[in-house]
Amino acid sequence: MSLLYTDEQKALIALVKEMAENEIKPHVQELDEKGECPKDLFKWAFDMGLHMLEIPEEYGGTGLSYETTAMIFEELAKVDAGYAITLVTTFVALRNVILSGTPEQGKYFADIIGKGNFAAFALTEPNAGSDPAALRGTAVKDGDDYILNAAKTFITNGEIAALFVGFFKTDPAAGHKGISAFIVDADAAGITIGKHENKMGLRLSNTTDVTFENVRVPASSMVGPEGSGFKLALNALNLSRAFVATMAVGIMQRALDESVKYAKERKQFGQPIIKFQMVQQMLADMAIKTEASRVLVNNTMRMMDNGSLVRKEGSITKTFVSDCAQEVTSNAVQIFGGYGYSKEYPVEKLMRDCKIFQIFEGANQIQRLTIANELEREYK
Amino acid sequence: MNIVVCVKQVPDTTEIRIDPVKNTLIRQGVPSIMNPFDKNALEEALQLKEQYGGAVTVISMGPEQAKATLREALSMGADKAYLVTDRSFGGSDTYATSYILAKVIEKLGPFDVILGGKQAIDGDTGQTAPSIAEHLGIARLTHVLSIKIEGNKCIVEREIEEGVEIVEAKLPILCTATKETNKPRYATIKGKIDSLKAEIENITLADLPDIDVTKIGLKGSPTRVKSTFTPKRQSCCEMLEIINPRETARMLFGKLADAKIL
Amino acid sequence: MDLKQYQDVWVFVECFQGQPKDVGFELLGQGRLLADALKQKLCAVVIGKDVDEGIKGATAYGADIIYAVQGNEYANYSSDAYGYAFLELCARYHPNTILIGATANGRDLGSKLAICLNTGLTADCTALSVEEETGNVVWERPAFGGNLYARILCSETRPQMGTVRPGAFKKPEKFQNRQPVMIREVIHTKEEDILTKVIDFIKANDEAGVKLEEAEYIVSGGRGLKGPENFAMLQELADLLGGTVGASRASVDAGWIPQTKQVGQTGKTVSPKVYIACGISGAVQHLAGMTESDTIIAINKDATAPIFDVADYGIVGDVFEMVPAMIKEIRVSRNLN
Repeated sequence: MSLLYTDEQKALIALVKEMAENEIKPHVQELDEKGECPKDLFKWAFDMGLHMLEIPEEYGGTGLSYETTAMIFEELAKVDAGYAITLVTTFVALRNVILSGTPEQGKYFADIIGKGNFAAFALTEPNAGSDPAALRGTAVKDGDDYILNAAKTFITNGEIAALFVGFFKTDPAAGHKGISAFIVDADAAGITIGKHENKMGLRLSNTTDVTFENVRVPASSMVGPEGSGFKLALNALNLSRAFVATMAVGIMQRALDESVKYAKERKQFGQPIIKFQMVQQMLADMAIKTEASRVLVNNTMRMMDNGSLVRKEGSITKTFVSDCAQEVTSNAVQIFGGYGYSKEYPVEKLMRDCKIFQIFEGANQIQRLTIANELEREYK
Repeated sequence: MNIVVCVKQVPDTTEIRIDPVKNTLIRQGVPSIMNPFDKNALEEALQLKEQYGGAVTVISMGPEQAKATLREALSMGADKAYLVTDRSFGGSDTYATSYILAKVIEKLGPFDVILGGKQAIDGDTGQTAPSIAEHLGIARLTHVLSIKIEGNKCIVEREIEEGVEIVEAKLPILCTATKETNKPRYATIKGKIDSLKAEIENITLADLPDIDVTKIGLKGSPTRVKSTFTPKRQSCCEMLEIINPRETARMLFGKLADAKIL
Repeated sequence: MDLKQYQDVWVFVECFQGQPKDVGFELLGQGRLLADALKQKLCAVVIGKDVDEGIKGATAYGADIIYAVQGNEYANYSSDAYGYAFLELCARYHPNTILIGATANGRDLGSKLAICLNTGLTADCTALSVEEETGNVVWERPAFGGNLYARILCSETRPQMGTVRPGAFKKPEKFQNRQPVMIREVIHTKEEDILTKVIDFIKANDEAGVKLEEAEYIVSGGRGLKGPENFAMLQELADLLGGTVGASRASVDAGWIPQTKQVGQTGKTVSPKVYIACGISGAVQHLAGMTESDTIIAINKDATAPIFDVADYGIVGDVFEMVPAMIKEIRVSRNLN
C-alpha cells in the first residue's frame, strides 16, 4: 500500500472489501462465463450507497471526496471491474447532470438513482467513437418538445439503465458545437435496446446498442444550454477517465496479489518459483507499476477534489495506468504458466478485463494526442 | 418497541494459530470481530425495529477495545451503545457475566425484547444469554429463527434438533439468534463514517448501585479455570502412496479390512 | 456450604415426545465413571408427559436410581416447567453433580438451574474426571474454536454442573435385568408460571439417510471440493458405506451444503467408526468436532495439511480422483457393477 490512508478510509475500504469478497466474488467466475450480472447482485452496492458515494448529501449521496471514492472503487475492482464500472458509469452520469443541469434536473436524476437504479451515457455511435463531432443522432424541436433519433452503440448499462444522458445534434451543421445533451427516461416510447455485446472482458458489465426512434422529450430535459453537449461530454470523460484508472489499479493489485501468492506456493526444481530471479524481477516490476499507478490516480483525484478539470492529468493517468495494467496482468498470466491460461485460475480474466482500459473513454492514442496538444499550448 | 442486544467482541477463532514450539496460542495479530451470532441478533433487532418501530440499544462487556464492536453495531443501524467495563468485572464466568449484564439491562430498560447470539465463538458456552433471562426473571427462547410481535405477546419460531417449534410467549422476552435466523446486513458507508465519530458511554460498577459485589468478577464466579493446555497432536498417520487412484483405494480398503474396521 | 450434604451424580435423560435422546445414555456412561470415582450413586432424571421409554433406557444404561416427574405440562420442553421440576428434585435430594446433554433444550435448562442454584456450569465438556483429594469434578472443555483446552473446577458450590455435546462420548454397553430404585415424584408447575408455550411443531425434513451424530461412517467434504455439485460423489460413497455426508465450516459458509451437516466447534461433534475427510485442511475448529472418531482417513492435495496430524490413514492426492476410485473399488468388490 503506497498511500497514506486515514482511519476512516481504512475502515471504509475494509467494509467494502468484506462485502465484495463475501457477496460478489463467489459469483464472478460463473457470471464472467455467462457475460451478465443480475440486478440482485447490486443490492449490496445500493444498500451501502456505493452508487452515490461522491454525490453531495443534499442530493442523497454520501458526499465523499473523489479521493476516498476512488480508494473504495479500487477495492471493488479487485473483485470485479465490470461490477465496479456499472456503478461508476451511474454516478458519473448523475454527477454531470448535477454539475451542468438545473437543480431540478439534478434532484430528479438523483431521486431515481437513489432508489437503486442505474444510469447510462448514450454518446458513441457506430461512426462516432473517438470523434464525437461526427455524431449523426438528431434532436429536432417540436413545439415544447424535442424529437430524438439516433443509433447508439457500446452503451455501458444500456439494458439496465433507468435514465440516459443522451447526446444528439440540435444543429447538424455545427460540428461538435451542435451537440446537446438530454435526460431521457429509459421507458420512453421509441427506445429500443439492441443486442448485448459479447465482450472479451468486463463481462459483468452490461453493454448494448440503444436506438432512439422518434423519442419525444420535453424541452426542459435538455441539460445545460443548447450546443453545450460536447463540453458536458468532455467533463464527463475527464471524470470517468480518472475513475477507470482507479479500477485498472484494482485489477493490477489483484494480479499482483494472486501472482505473489502463487509464486510462493508453486514449486519447481525443488523450490518455490518466487526464489528464481527472473520471477522476482517480474514481480518487482509488477509492484513498481502498480504502486506508481496508484499514486498517480490518487494525485489526479486530489486535483479534482480541488476543482481542477485534469484535462491533461486525466489523460496522462488513464494512459499510463491502462498501459501498465496490460503489462502487469499479462505477466501475471506468465507467472502462472499453463495454469494462467486456464479459466480455472483467476488471472486470465484480469488480462481480458483490462484490455478495454486502453480503448474506452478515449483510446490511448487519442489521449496521447490530447496530452501533446496540451503541451503545445502550455509551452507557447 | 424497546430492544437491547448483547454483543461480545471475540478473537476471530478461524485466524488463531498455535505456536508449534511453545504449544501456546498465538493471539497477536488475530483480528477482533463481533461475535458472528451476535451479528444475527443485531440484525434481528434492526428488522424488528424496522417493522414495529422503536429503538435498538447495544451493550457489550469488555475492555475499552470492545468499543470497536459497539461502533460496528452502530454502523449497522443500532441507535445507542454502551460499554460495560470495570476492573471488578474482570474474570467473570457465565454466572457473573450474566448477572452484571442483567443489572445493566435493568438500569437501561425496561426492554420488550432482549437479544443475543446463541453462543460466542471464543467461549462457546451458550449460557450467558439464557442466564441473563433467569436473573431478570423473564421468558427466554434460545435458537430462534423468527420473531413476530402481536401486542404484548410474541410468536417465535425456535429451532431444536428435531425440528422447529412455534412458541408463544409474553413480553418481555430474551431470544438468542443463530446463523439461520437471518443474514446480517452490511453497514452503509454513511453509517460507517458516523459510527467512527459516535460517543460511546461507559457503564461501570459505580453506575450499578444495587449490584451484589459478591456475585461479580473472579470472586463471584462459581467456576474457575484450573489449567489450560493446547491439544497435542501426535501424528501416527500412515501415509498411503498414490500409485494410481484405484490401486491406492484397494490398498486402503485392504488395510481397513485387516484392521477389522470395514 | 457443607459440600458433603450433596451426594450422587445425576444425569438428565432428555426426552423428546417421550423418546429419550442418545446423549442421555452417553452421559450415563460418563456418569458411571464419575459416580464410581466419588463412591456415590448414579441417578437418572426423566421428566415428561410420557416417561416410560426414558425410564427403560436409564435402566438399561445403568442408573442406580431413577427420578421421574410426570405431567401434562411436561409434554413439550419449557425452561419454566422443566426448570421448576428439576429444581424441586434438587431441593429434595441435593445432588453432587449434574450432567446434561448440550442440546438446545439442555443448554437452556442447565443455565436456568445454575443461576437458581447459585452454582457453576461448564459447557460442552469433552472429558470428565474427579480430583481425588477434593471430590471436585474436573471439567475439560475446548475454547477458542478448539485451539485451547481448559480444565475447569467448581469447588465452592454444589451441585457442580456440566453440559456435554451429543456424540462427544459413546453409549456404554447395555445392562440386562437391572433393577434400579424407582422414585416417582409428584411435582406440578402452575400454568401461570410457564411463560412460553409451544403451539405448533414442524418436524425437520429428515434428509434421507442417517443422522450425522449417529452415523457410523461419515464422508466429509471441505473447501477442496470446489463446489456444491461435488458433494454428490461423497454422498455416493457414504451411501455405499451405509453412512452420511458431513462438511467443514468452509464448505457450509460457501453455501455448498446446509449448516446441519457441519462438523466442528460451531457444528456437530461426531465420533463415528470411520471418518473420511475429503479436501478438508483440518482447521482446529473442525478437528474439535471429529477427533474422537475411531478411524480417520484424510485425502488432501496438500501434504502439510493439519488434517494428516489427526488421521490414521492419509492420502496426498486429488479427491476428484480418489473418491471415484474408492466408489469404484467398493462397487467392484461387491459385484455391484
